[in-house]
Amino acid sequence: MLHMVNKSPFTSSAMDEAARIAAKGAPILLIEDGVYAARAGTSYEPKLAEIIKDHPVYALAPDLKARAVGKLIDGVTQVDYAGFVDLVEKDKTHSWL
Amino acid sequence: MEVDEEMEVDENVKKVMFVMRKAPHGSIYSYEGLETVLITAAYEQDMTMVFIGDGVFALVKGQDTTDIGIKGFIKTYGALEHYDVEKIYVDRVSMEERGLAADDFAIDVEVKEAEEIAAIMEEQHATIPY
Repeated sequence: MLHMVNKSPFTSSAMDEAARIAAKGAPILLIEDGVYAARAGTSYEPKLAEIIKDHPVYALAPDLKARAVGKLIDGVTQVDYAGFVDLVEKDKTHSWL
Repeated sequence: MEVDEEMEVDENVKKVMFVMRKAPHGSIYSYEGLETVLITAAYEQDMTMVFIGDGVFALVKGQDTTDIGIKGFIKTYGALEHYDVEKIYVDRVSMEERGLAADDFAIDVEVKEAEEIAAIMEEQHATIPY
């Protein structure tokens, strides 16, 4: 199951809860304000670094670009809209709103 | 695929899980989620509710909304069993983080570990976020 997060980890528990509940190995896709979790050098970086050990983490490139997120935490994979569609069609999804 | 085999048994019954993550009175999500569960249950689907994060506050007994001028809905949870919604799970970590225990809730729930919730989520035909 693909887990999608669209909230900043600095204002919402969505990312923490998604990562904690998601089955080991299940991918997490960051979209909209969720992409801030992928920014290198934040207080969230150690948490995301832990999450990446158990889950492939993707971030939507247009949302990164729109927010000038800059350098990403090692291991985060950027996807464009086509990549987003590829992820979504592979499996069921759950959105952590 | 497991899912396909199940669908052959009865393709009209889907496994649907409602993932409840909002506190009860600060937004409409929690109430709308409960209403949607009851409506969906009327179609005799295989229903599960799981309460994660602030969602667990929705189940706390003793809520009295009289003085905030809105109709409370804690009593409505009592209707779930009459709609055969019996799989009601609470995430243990969310409960404990909020200083709650299973006997603080207005209805009977099963307290589950994250890994158990993950496995149940993976079995669903659909998961609905509230």
